[in-house]
Amino acid sequence: MSSQVAAMPRKTRGPWAVAFAKLATDRAAMASLAVFLIIVLACFSAPLYAKWAGTDPFASTLDAVIQVDGADVPVMEQTTEGLGLGYTPIGPTWRLGNYFLGADSQGRDVMARLLYGGLNSLLISGAATIFTLIFGTLAGLIAGYFGGITDTVLSRLLDVLWAFPIYLLAISLSIVTIAQGIAIGPIEIQSGSLWLPIIIIGIVYIPYVARPIRGQVLALRHSEFVLAAINLGVPGRRILWRDILPNITTTLIVFVPLMMALNMLTESALSFLSIGVQPPAASWGTIIQDGQALLYTRPLVALVPGLAIAVSVMALNVFGDGLRDALDPRSKVRLGRD
Amino acid sequence: MKKLLLAASAAALLAGSWLAPAQAEYLKEHRGGTIRLLARSAAGTLDPHINYTDQGWQMYQPIYDGLVAFRKAEGVDGFSIVPDLAEAMPQVSNDGKTFTFKLRKGIKFSNGQDLGVKDVVASFQRIFKVSGPTSGTFYAGIVGADKCLADAKSCTLEGGVVADEAAGTITLNLTKPDAEILYKLALPHAVILPADTPAEDMGSKPIPSTGPYMISAFDPNKGMTVSRNPNFKQWSEEAQPEGYPDVVQYDFGLSEEAAVTAIQNGEADWMFDALPSDRLGELGSKSMDQLHISPLSAWWYAPLNTRMAPFDNEKARQAVAYAVDRNTLVKLFGGKVLASPVCQVLPPDFPGHEDYCPFTKNPGAKWSAPDVDKAKQLVEESGTKGQKVTIIVEDTAISRSIGVYLQSVLTSIGYVADVKPISSNLQFTYIQNTNNKVQMSVTQWYKDYPAASDFLNILFSCASFREGSDASINISGFCDKDIDAQMQKALDLGVTDQKAADKLWAAIDKQVTDKAPAVGLFTPKRLDFVSKRVGNFKFNPQFNWIITQSWVQ
Repeated sequence: MSSQVAAMPRKTRGPWAVAFAKLATDRAAMASLAVFLIIVLACFSAPLYAKWAGTDPFASTLDAVIQVDGADVPVMEQTTEGLGLGYTPIGPTWRLGNYFLGADSQGRDVMARLLYGGLNSLLISGAATIFTLIFGTLAGLIAGYFGGITDTVLSRLLDVLWAFPIYLLAISLSIVTIAQGIAIGPIEIQSGSLWLPIIIIGIVYIPYVARPIRGQVLALRHSEFVLAAINLGVPGRRILWRDILPNITTTLIVFVPLMMALNMLTESALSFLSIGVQPPAASWGTIIQDGQALLYTRPLVALVPGLAIAVSVMALNVFGDGLRDALDPRSKVRLGRD
Repeated sequence: MKKLLLAASAAALLAGSWLAPAQAEYLKEHRGGTIRLLARSAAGTLDPHINYTDQGWQMYQPIYDGLVAFRKAEGVDGFSIVPDLAEAMPQVSNDGKTFTFKLRKGIKFSNGQDLGVKDVVASFQRIFKVSGPTSGTFYAGIVGADKCLADAKSCTLEGGVVADEAAGTITLNLTKPDAEILYKLALPHAVILPADTPAEDMGSKPIPSTGPYMISAFDPNKGMTVSRNPNFKQWSEEAQPEGYPDVVQYDFGLSEEAAVTAIQNGEADWMFDALPSDRLGELGSKSMDQLHISPLSAWWYAPLNTRMAPFDNEKARQAVAYAVDRNTLVKLFGGKVLASPVCQVLPPDFPGHEDYCPFTKNPGAKWSAPDVDKAKQLVEESGTKGQKVTIIVEDTAISRSIGVYLQSVLTSIGYVADVKPISSNLQFTYIQNTNNKVQMSVTQWYKDYPAASDFLNILFSCASFREGSDASINISGFCDKDIDAQMQKALDLGVTDQKAADKLWAAIDKQVTDKAPAVGLFTPKRLDFVSKRVGNFKFNPQFNWIITQSWVQ
């Protein structure tokens, strides 16, 4: 009761302001956001890092020699004992700009590749999220609002997509398109393009967005304000745009971090299987794959990108949860000032 | 040819008489036990007329027999042909077109059936009836093979394989002399199976065998058990010697890393798959006495599509050959102990091989260093600079590494290159099909038998190129009528004068290398890691480690 009384003067605050205020008090969510933003900033600085370090993260440098503590050290060290079998890439020097995390089996700077890999992983997961949200929302809005045969056709199409296990569908689509790319009429996507994993990941998650949106739109379609608008002769397109879409915006916002986390995992899995980002480009998944052959001697090559994925996905999920709580009017999260 | 065959038989007898007492003594001492082998996966079908894998061929050696066999010996001796189910080397007549074999008596299959000439006839027919992978190539020269290839089900090989039940002989008639026919008859695709073996791929069902061992259990997802054939009595130590272990247990499914650990711990004795690259250093220094390095007649190469830009231009192809640093590739493969740089097609110590390398800093016999300036100049002259090139590689650590390296090389000489790893199960057929428009790829060729034609004729003859087919082994699409005519001449010459033929093959090797339809990368070596208890390791150059000639107790 007392809190209700105390909240009285704040009635004039808009729902967004209340939500942001709620979010700001959620320490876990804010810490996650900070962690994620640091990762984003670091990854977007990849070209600067590579330039500063004077390294090309995409070219083989098996014969390179670097200086560590004033001594010349080959990037690929040949075993000198016994039969002299095999080469081992240099381990971490822990010196920024000089093979900080060591080299991979091509003699490339793992730190530079990690940043470039993160950049690609973020770009793909971000773009795939936008793709999914646009097409998922569109499908959900149209199916939920127009109903009837439109709803039946769209819903069955979504059911077909939904019926496939996500990874199986993504892997199948990737295998089919990876060698030749996509060419549909004037649209042509080269096989090495980042658009390929973006579109594939974007497509497979459309039902995950479209179905809950459709459910919400179905409920809104029968709400009084929508019925009133229909009876007043307001065109359906306008009702969708002005009345229904704003009411599902919070759901879409909550979807962003959660979908991005899912997309990041999917992208990493595809790249790990060589059907996502193509070499010599990097993503965290491809670096893990490269590092798999070095697990015994240079485990960091695979562990660090794995850790980067885990931290990013966890940060996005925790932030997504916080966002959902903040945007949910029934949420029990209280504002500190209330 | 007849003289050559007689000489080979005499030498074989001599070698056999030397080996016999030693083997008998060792058998007393070391016979018994179970040798445990590991592989990531099974080698596919168990059917020896169909299976075309190194793994399968190696395992068939103590199980199945042909009329003749590669001698179960180490070194160059292992390439020689000795009589197996046949009593002696065949009598050759009709200008090298007819081969008459006399079948040994008293040999039984593992199911107790007697081996007879009818089994031999049925087995040759079966090669075609099951559409064996080499029926249209290796055995197409048998009289009647054309009809069998056209209508496999009703294959009789009439006039091609003729049995004389009373005399116990089989006569093989060829449409024209073939200097390599005995090699082809010694391969698992020509082993003799019971006449009543169904004319279909037997898949996971073991077929009765004549050798000292038989397949007693097989599950493609778990493993294979090979035990002693109760009906086997040794008839020729050099063709089919009795083995040491009682059982060969071949388990599938363990990763390479886990397999290494299992061998280190004495839980397994050998692994088929290549050793993981990050364990090489450790094993090479701590387990030297358990490692065996053996030369292979094999070729890692990068086919360049001679029918597609930019590599339809000879200068563009030569540019790539000049630019590739073979030392780097050797490094990627594990170092000089495990591979040697090459420029040409025929592997070292192979019939017809003469050291030759035109694409190096100082052209001559051996590769010394890449000549990137020359490569850039050739790219300029070819007018192909700036063109896009995609390299298709297998999705394995080593192939991917090579692909990424080659992408760097192509970029450095002026192309816009990218690399695509494709699943190992698909890549080899994918790069053969012209519909896939593959410009450049990375692949390997391991010899079927020790003859220059098995590299040059198969990989670069006009007949090996088939538009739009998954089985177009001439991946480069290279077809030079003049070189083709010389290859035919060399094949014919081999029937009467193998030395002269090999000389001609050496010249052909140089001509093909000059035209650069493919870039030779390196010749690999085989690295076998065995447990401490494995003794008497023998490496046969044709079928690799002779498993059952090693003992475990």
